[in-house]
Amino acid sequence: MTTPKGTPKETSPLAALFLRDIRTGRRIGGGTSLGIVFFLILVTLCAFAIGPDLRLLGKIAPAILWISGLLSTLLGLDRLFQADHEDGSLDLLLTSSTPLELIILVKCLAHWILTGLPLAATAPIFGLMLNLPLSELWSVTLSLLAGTPSLTLTGAIGAALTVSLRRGGLLFAVLILPLCVPSLIFGVAAAGAGEASLVPFATPFLILCALTLIAGVVAPVAAAAALRNGGR
Amino acid sequence: MKPAAMLARGSITMQLCASNLTIARGGRAIIANLSFALCAGECLALTGPNGAGKSTLLRALAGLLPLAAGTISLSPLSEEFVPQQAHYVGHADGLKGLLTVTENLEFFAAILDVGMGGLPVKTALGKLGLAHAAKLPVAYLSAGQKRRVALARLLAVRRPIWLLDEPLTALDTASRVLLGQIMTEHLTQGGLIVAATHAGLDLKGQELRLRAAG
Repeated sequence: MTTPKGTPKETSPLAALFLRDIRTGRRIGGGTSLGIVFFLILVTLCAFAIGPDLRLLGKIAPAILWISGLLSTLLGLDRLFQADHEDGSLDLLLTSSTPLELIILVKCLAHWILTGLPLAATAPIFGLMLNLPLSELWSVTLSLLAGTPSLTLTGAIGAALTVSLRRGGLLFAVLILPLCVPSLIFGVAAAGAGEASLVPFATPFLILCALTLIAGVVAPVAAAAALRNGGR
Repeated sequence: MKPAAMLARGSITMQLCASNLTIARGGRAIIANLSFALCAGECLALTGPNGAGKSTLLRALAGLLPLAAGTISLSPLSEEFVPQQAHYVGHADGLKGLLTVTENLEFFAAILDVGMGGLPVKTALGKLGLAHAAKLPVAYLSAGQKRRVALARLLAVRRPIWLLDEPLTALDTASRVLLGQIMTEHLTQGGLIVAATHAGLDLKGQELRLRAAG
């Protein structure tokens, strides 16, 4: 890619950060496709474990897709700040005049575009594998689209807390998985709200959207506080 | 040497003042009750044996470590801006190996900018003799070249205070001379430098000798 001659100062700091994270994420060697493959493997494993009962499989497909989506989203999320911490660029981000909260929000956005978005996009295909009723395909996709950002944002708090730990992956999962329960509950409820369901789609879906919005406000502040105190 | 007195003399030059700094790591005071004042155009060379707290002091000045006591102030600006007026070049170069030299530097030029301008990325790289490597991924560079890319940040974004932790590490003789020239130029433009070093820096200024604690 050739960069046009001129003043790099015109790039806004957050746009530059977004571009850098997307570039590193893409060049790391199939980061996105690997997440999808992991998602596929989890879904397949569940299908094998449950057996050939298609009616049962179709009934619990939203839950399987959501748990697989949750695990795939959190996979690699513990490295969100760790990579920057190890190469020293986190120190430099801390001396930037751009608020750390915004920096974290942009990093989460870049991470979600590389992991959560492709996940939601491929979920209907994997739904077919699980005998998910056609009427529920779109509700699963929409619920993952609205719900995975909250998982990424919540994960950012754990990533910030475990940033300086070499083997923080397990601690990260223990810290973050309980916090994902609300999103999981309303995500699965929204995903399973097809024509045959008693619950209308909108009720759990709107709560899921609210959870994502709350995470969008709380998580950057919490993660920033954790990172600022990380030097102690 | 009160900052107010400095300002009263009508000079708008900057002064970095640290008073009664105490910095603790893991409950143990590494730096205790340290005070210094550094005027624009001066270099403070931090010397002392390993573990004396040179890096700790630099990280604290960059706002990366909390102060147990004391204050750091940059007159005429207020206290809270010190880290944002400072370039920190630590042991880690802060570069992404997968990105090219130019991409790395353009990122820093955007994110570290504080509205004081700076050289275009291409010129900054040229000044450090890296023009030929601009399109290479950083992972392919040698340790000394990576160091020079990190130092090119100092030129790509203008900030008055330079906090350099062992800036000469991994640099060859020619690059050391080059860095000396760049630092001298920064000082003549009214900049401030705090550098931890074992090798002597031939620059105008003071030396602060830290002793190993306990």
